[in-house]
Amino acid sequence: MPVTIQIPTALRVFTDRKSEVQAKGAIIAEAIADFAASYPDIKQHLYDEGGTLRSFINIYLGDTNIKNLGGLDTPLKDGDILMLVPAIAGGSNP
Amino acid sequence: MIVLPDSASAAIMSEGERAYPNECCGALLGSMDDSGGRVVSEILPIHNGRETEEQYHRFVIGPDDFMASEKTARARGLDVIGFYHSHPDHPAVPSDYDREHALPWYSYVIVAVKSGVSGDLTSWELDGDRSRFIKEL
Repeated sequence: MPVTIQIPTALRVFTDRKSEVQAKGAIIAEAIADFAASYPDIKQHLYDEGGTLRSFINIYLGDTNIKNLGGLDTPLKDGDILMLVPAIAGGSNP
Repeated sequence: MIVLPDSASAAIMSEGERAYPNECCGALLGSMDDSGGRVVSEILPIHNGRETEEQYHRFVIGPDDFMASEKTARARGLDVIGFYHSHPDHPAVPSDYDREHALPWYSYVIVAVKSGVSGDLTSWELDGDRSRFIKEL
């Protein structure tokens, strides 16, 4: 399924400054993986060392956080729009 | 590189003192100059979304607040160019936790607040390989 992925400003340095890109996948996990394969330098910012999507990267399908849908297994249809939305976190040790 | 006017620094320091002993957080709104540097115009305080009992050493700006800050910036003809937070009774140096949760490109301003009084204020950018922060202010 061809879908559009909208890219936050901070990650556009890895997408040739494009604010949105096309990707393919039957479910969200496949579309994000397809996107990451097209722009390999972005992988380390999306996935941790174990290959899991980083906790502060949120994905919206339309206006809905996929945590409120089927998560990364949510099926996609042609023309869907995914948006990567980071949460900003931090704090002093410990 | 970041240009942080004294008015913005003062506002961040004030926010840090207001939130003490907890961490404050917010967005840096501004624009890019011709050389690619980030120029802060104003700060946008944002509610610390962490549980109250964790706010003494943690902050989070959730995705809904992130999108709201982007919308506010656009409405003012600006961009979100970074974020700030305070380190109560800790130095203005990024922690490992800060680095693990950071994104490239943004400026991350940290103000140290010791016994309720703001002191050092620094700014950092994540290195491209995520291995370290580069000090920019």
